[in-house]
Amino acid sequence: MTDPILQIKDLTAGYADSSTPVIKHLNYTLNRGDFLSIVGENGVGKTTLMKTILRQLKPESGSISYYPDDHAVHIGYVPQFRNIDGEYPLSIRDFVALNLTGFKLPWLSQSERQKVTEMLERTGLKHLANRPMGQASGGEKQKAYLAQALIEEPDLLILDESTASLDPISKNDLLDLVLEINQKFGLTVIFVTHDIALAKKYTQKFLMLTPGKFIQGDSADLSTEEIWGMMEAHV
Amino acid sequence: MFRFEFMQNAFLAGTIIAILCGVIGVFVIARNMSFLTHTLSEIGFAGASFGVFMSWPPLNGMILFTTISSIIVGQLSVKQERRENVISAISALFIGLGILFLSLSNKNASYATNILFGSVIGIGQSDVIQISALSVVVLAVIFVIYRYLKFDSFDPIGAQVRGVNKTLLSIVFLILLAFSVSVAAQIVGSLLIFILLTIPAAVAKYFARTVGGMMTLAVGIALFGVWVGLYLSYLTNLPVSFFIATIEAALYLVALASKRWLKTE
Repeated sequence: MTDPILQIKDLTAGYADSSTPVIKHLNYTLNRGDFLSIVGENGVGKTTLMKTILRQLKPESGSISYYPDDHAVHIGYVPQFRNIDGEYPLSIRDFVALNLTGFKLPWLSQSERQKVTEMLERTGLKHLANRPMGQASGGEKQKAYLAQALIEEPDLLILDESTASLDPISKNDLLDLVLEINQKFGLTVIFVTHDIALAKKYTQKFLMLTPGKFIQGDSADLSTEEIWGMMEAHV
Repeated sequence: MFRFEFMQNAFLAGTIIAILCGVIGVFVIARNMSFLTHTLSEIGFAGASFGVFMSWPPLNGMILFTTISSIIVGQLSVKQERRENVISAISALFIGLGILFLSLSNKNASYATNILFGSVIGIGQSDVIQISALSVVVLAVIFVIYRYLKFDSFDPIGAQVRGVNKTLLSIVFLILLAFSVSVAAQIVGSLLIFILLTIPAAVAKYFARTVGGMMTLAVGIALFGVWVGLYLSYLTNLPVSFFIATIEAALYLVALASKRWLKTE
């Protein structure tokens, strides 16, 4: 039985300073608990699609619907780059807690501190909680970004090229963690990547963006060779 | 020393100013606004001169000018790459205006010196009350918006992704900064305000382990500079701003040197 969290209907989207839309007539339904990879080369509209899903860009036509309603779906987004001065006295614990916003007391409550500790445990960062962000490795930083996005308990998590600058071990380490959270807690995940091998290894579904064409599939319905063939023919 | 009412007032005002500067300075450093703070001090000079010209208290003129100009600077310099040019242009304009208003007001050179370099004996009880009231307002607003301000200052991309209203937050912070500049100018003068607003936090950045720790350390460093500066000024009869500037600058150099030394260890 399907339980949609997000439905893209005949979406056309682009930027005001360009006459040609980047995304044209895209249809896609994302179900709760899905782990979807969005694959495509530069300029095919991955960022445009993400901005539209994040409601930062209005569609030119078509729509994106969220279920049960637009305000009920909370999206956690992990961007590829961060601008954090390595000299700031910002520990990994502090960094994760930054996302606990609101007009609240400056210091964390007991339950919030507990929540941060649990999230550090879940993402394997507990032993590094007091390490300054400036001294964290690339993989540890990505895990901290992930923990920060997860602390507000999103319904949908978007990883935007999060593995792009990591070494192979750290890539697998991060995605093992995301997969575990996806399977254990049913978190819906969109993983934007150039890396076809990682997409195939970790995600159940894929959506490939190519100039003028979208290919979508379910790993369970296709053999590895078929998906590889389809993807490599276009990317 | 505390037999004299003016020294009591100076210490009280200095303490409040140091606490305010230590707290807001953390965000000035994190938001990379040291140059803007320097410019606001020059704008403060123009505002104070305007206040004198209008026969207002200089503090009121400073608040008016720094608030308006900080919003203008904030709006004009949304794009990082043009921020410094905008600030330079506005800075030049306001220094010129400051000189004009001072000239039109027919006040003597010592009045200009007081505005530029601050004055210990010039702080009366009503000034202490006004400084306290403004500082409480600034600190109260920071208390309320602290979590958003911290998020946006230390992880701007994360805050943007979370949907924090960055434009509104930036304007509110600039107004708070304008108030802080106006308040701090009362003791160190408009020319040297940025010393208390930037150096203590810049030093604290190197030694603190958390943002809260950075704030506490910055307040401590600002308090040390102000208290020792006031004491030495009382002893020597030399300008307090000279001592505060020298102490804070020396602390910064020591911090830099020890940071490098620790790195090479």
